[in-house]
Amino acid sequence: MNDMTPTREQREAALEGMGCKRKRVEDIRFTQGKGKYVDDIKLPGMLHGDFVRSPYAHAKVTKIDATEALKLPGVIAVLTAEDLKGVNLAWMPTLAGDVQMVLADGKVLYQNQEVAFVVAEDRYIADDAVQLVEVEYEELPVLVDPFKSLDPDAPVLRPDLDGKMEGAHGPRKHHNHIFNWSVGEEEATDKAFAEADVTVKEMISYHRTHPSPLETCQCLASMDKVTGQLTVYGTFQAPHVVRTVASLLSTIPEHKIHVIAPDVGGGFGNKVGVYPGYVCAIVASIVTGLPVKWVEDRMENLSTTSFARDYHMTTEIAAKKDGTVTALKVHVLGDHGGFDACADPSKWPAGFFNIVTGSYDFPVAHLSVDGVYTNKAPGGVAYRCSFRVTEAAYCIERGMDVLAQKLGMDPADLRLKNFIQPEQFPYNSALGWEYDSGDYPTAMHKAMDAIDYRGLREEQKAKQEAFKRGETREIMGIGVSFFTEIVGAGPSKNCDILGVAMFDSAEIRIHPTGSVISRMGTKSQGQGHETTWAQIIATEIGIPASDITVEEGDTDTAPYGLGTYGSRSTPVAGAAIALAARKIRNKAQMIAAHMLEVSEYDLDWDVDGFQVKGNPERRKSMKEIAWAAYHAPPAGIEPGLEAVSYYDPPNMTYPFGAYFCVMDIDVDTGVAKTRRFYALDDCGTRINPMIIEGQVHGGLTEAFAIAMGQEISYDAMGNVQGASFMDFFLPTAVETPHWETDFTVTPSPHHPIGAKGVGESPNVGGVPAFSNAVNDAFGFLGATHIQMPHDAWRLWKVAKDLGAHG
Amino acid sequence: MIPGEFTYHRPASVAEAIALLVDHGDEARPLAGGHSLIPMMKLRMAAPEHLIDLSGVADLKGVSQEGDVITIGAMTTQAEVIGSALLTDKLPILRETALLIADPQIRYVGTLGGNVANGDPGNDMPALMQCLSASYVLAGPDGTREVSSRDFYEAAYFTALAPEEILTAVKIPVPAPGHGYAYEKLKRKVGDYATAAAAVMLTMSGGTVSSCAIALTNVGDTPLFAEEAASILDGSTLDRETVKKAVAAAEAITMPASDGRGPAEYRTKMAGVMLERALKRAAERAQG
Ligand SMILES: Cc1cc2nc3c(=O)[nH]c(=O)nc-3n(C[C@H](O)[C@H](O)[C@H](O)COP(=O)(O)OP(=O)(O)OC[C@H]3O[C@@H](n4cnc5c(N)ncnc54)[C@H](O)[C@@H]3O)c2cc1C
Repeated sequence: MNDMTPTREQREAALEGMGCKRKRVEDIRFTQGKGKYVDDIKLPGMLHGDFVRSPYAHAKVTKIDATEALKLPGVIAVLTAEDLKGVNLAWMPTLAGDVQMVLADGKVLYQNQEVAFVVAEDRYIADDAVQLVEVEYEELPVLVDPFKSLDPDAPVLRPDLDGKMEGAHGPRKHHNHIFNWSVGEEEATDKAFAEADVTVKEMISYHRTHPSPLETCQCLASMDKVTGQLTVYGTFQAPHVVRTVASLLSTIPEHKIHVIAPDVGGGFGNKVGVYPGYVCAIVASIVTGLPVKWVEDRMENLSTTSFARDYHMTTEIAAKKDGTVTALKVHVLGDHGGFDACADPSKWPAGFFNIVTGSYDFPVAHLSVDGVYTNKAPGGVAYRCSFRVTEAAYCIERGMDVLAQKLGMDPADLRLKNFIQPEQFPYNSALGWEYDSGDYPTAMHKAMDAIDYRGLREEQKAKQEAFKRGETREIMGIGVSFFTEIVGAGPSKNCDILGVAMFDSAEIRIHPTGSVISRMGTKSQGQGHETTWAQIIATEIGIPASDITVEEGDTDTAPYGLGTYGSRSTPVAGAAIALAARKIRNKAQMIAAHMLEVSEYDLDWDVDGFQVKGNPERRKSMKEIAWAAYHAPPAGIEPGLEAVSYYDPPNMTYPFGAYFCVMDIDVDTGVAKTRRFYALDDCGTRINPMIIEGQVHGGLTEAFAIAMGQEISYDAMGNVQGASFMDFFLPTAVETPHWETDFTVTPSPHHPIGAKGVGESPNVGGVPAFSNAVNDAFGFLGATHIQMPHDAWRLWKVAKDLGAHG
Repeated sequence: MIPGEFTYHRPASVAEAIALLVDHGDEARPLAGGHSLIPMMKLRMAAPEHLIDLSGVADLKGVSQEGDVITIGAMTTQAEVIGSALLTDKLPILRETALLIADPQIRYVGTLGGNVANGDPGNDMPALMQCLSASYVLAGPDGTREVSSRDFYEAAYFTALAPEEILTAVKIPVPAPGHGYAYEKLKRKVGDYATAAAAVMLTMSGGTVSSCAIALTNVGDTPLFAEEAASILDGSTLDRETVKKAVAAAEAITMPASDGRGPAEYRTKMAGVMLERALKRAAERAQG
């Protein structure tokens, strides 16, 4: 070796593989405004669609008159449910096994529901024409409160389900009832409660909110009447699923449908579902033979396409005097709005809410979830979480604090006492999951030391005394959250979407000169797949990440995949990538053996090539092997170097973390200031620490927003409140707290590279940390549970009701 | 979120602008920075058929002092207010308040004239103008007139401005050197209008208040000039009891709407808290 030969370390660094803080390659175009989003795509002759929407939350639609609208120059068509019936598309199936109106069919069930679709030559004309469509309504009694849904005299929201007492998930017990889902051992749980030293019960609500991607939902449909080919560009998190659903709905053969998700400006669950806008744009393109674009505005986005949460969780914990938990019982009332359009794996009506036993060793538990209809927008998406895991984490983390308060125990100590211990993994939870791995005590102790937890408690005590003496008007709260996530949906044995198993895929092709194109069934919406997928490949096959192109989102070129949501990309597609890469490496090993004239078994893999055992000078780099694969393939070996892998995970992965929030609240204004927020995440193997940090920052910011004010609410008439960024709390950099991040590493034992997924942990774990901090601050004044969101006026009201205003 | 159709005009002088307003009557609206008007047009809560853009009228810009009066042209942007050395020196409360409006992008375009002419109780400048005893110069087909900011606001979006008039400038008497001042604003986040805000101007001599003015933002359908609260404080040492009385008097004149910022009860109380805090800060700043 001469001096110019790079060292092993240099070769490794040149790969920018796993573990490297590689800068995001996609940012080069995003930061220059050169991303290509749906609305940047303009096709010749393109038309624009816009919706006439209902001002009422519940009403009969007695007449739709488009005469005046059609007179406006530039207006091409106005579609109503009657038109859609002609193509059997007035209603569409939802992911949750319900059906949903595409356009109002005789009635509307929520404010801003889609009533008619105007198609015009430009967006301005379309919007003008929307004002000219005359719709007559006959108002019906409005049902807003989910707790009144099942009253005997509650209004009938869904006459289409009249007499249908069997739903997609079993029997329905009332005309507004959707399903009941029960898990666990009820009798044993009741027995444990009867025998408990201490029990607590609290109705813990997780209010309705909404994801806020910068780019709203939108699509551009183009039907080529000559070839019969339908092309749909859209903001899709799961483009292949959209293709399959579009084929099933339209009866256009699947090979004649081409779905392209270009750059997607954030998803957070909002872009998983199929919305009326997509169906209408497709139908309008089929009818007119011209491309039709539909772009949602912000108010439409916040008020219609898929809310999140709205779970009302009656939570009971039984425990011994020393704090050992003995049973958990939860009943959830889920408000699903007018249609059950939850985006969950099909067999899971409440998602993975049965992860609600959290990080604790509950011997028994029982969970029962009832889904009900109300006059609100449909949805129930996993807003940066894995299918109702956020609700579950909030439920148990708040519940543990309620128990700690009742026992007079420190909430961190109560958690430490009840953790599932490292030696218990794989751990079978009382509600049916097999946790793959974890080391909770180590993470918790590391976090407590990092923030000087005991010191903070001392400070808090002193501040409480000072407050009682009237020396300060500020109270201090310390929020503890130790969450366990369940991500990576999922194993085909329990996860499918409309019958399609939730595997994922990767295809990798090595070019003769040793650079790479790779395609996956996932779709980045900001997660940085172009960067991290290349890093996995780089480490696995020794080709620098900078020589690897990653492409997603085009169903004609990418292998079939179930898309990106629920932190599933790394656990599922990440594994497929590693396995496809290993197939390539195996073939490369055969080629290298031939080139070096040794047996395959005499070769060792070394960073970026193979070397002869005991004679490392004799080696072939991956680049040399690639050239040989195309230039002089050994006899008996197919030329070329590429592989496809479809990965059906054997289990979910279970990321976890310890979050602490320190907050000061001004009781006179209710304004809460987050002094410190410390987040320790364990997501197993860390592919790109910088991207992890970015994901954690973003997710914590959402958690902060949700806990401290972000809300979609309705007045008594079903008018949606605050569906604009003036009122809907989207914090800016000014309000957002400073984040301290940290980690431990407990690799997943069943994942090829040990990675678990991290994108959603901060939202899941962050919300309880904030809410627990608020509750902790008010606890000494007598509060037991304070409902979110914790915006200033509500906290002021809490302070007032607790007598803090004198 | 797309405005209706309109015709765009860009006059070069005040006279031309007024002529356009006279020609088009109720269908016309002056356009300044557009950061209140355009959002309303996008929501189709306003649908003017003619927009008279004032940004080409050079006479409407600039800050100057003549004797005891500072004149600020209507088209002076909020960012220019913040950047003005004269205003920072003589009227620091104007800068303090402007910095609490929206965000830098909006302040680069939004104007002082638009802010005070808009008539939205959420705007911060109107209450401040009342506190400062400012008056507005209104130019119309029959010449110009001056209206005190304390008489200008009638109800939400209703002001003394006639449809064919333009607000050309704001005139503010220069406050005494050594005065204390504070604008306290409670808001949910950057870019939000006030949950409640209070403007205070004070002069002190020998530890007692020798003059005081108070006005409140966004707790009624107009800005509120809190005359009684101020008179209670006059001559006091700002002792706890007197401040309490003044705060109660200020709270008594509020009539806020309940909205996402909180119920009326909360916003009234916050007007009181903001006033108390503004008084404290103003007193700390006052010399004498
Ligand atoms: C997100 C956001 C947050 C904001 N937050 C705040 C805030 O916290 N506090 C605050 O005070 N403001 C706030 N604003 C409003 C902002 O300050 C506006 O710029 C200001 O209210 C209006 O000024 P403008 O120059 O943009 O006027 P425009 O929007 O152009 O005009 C407003 C109205 O005044 C009329 N008008 C304008 N100029 C004249 C004139 N010279 N003569 C006669 N009539 C005239 C117009 O016809 C129109 O009716 C916010 C705006 C936005 C978009």
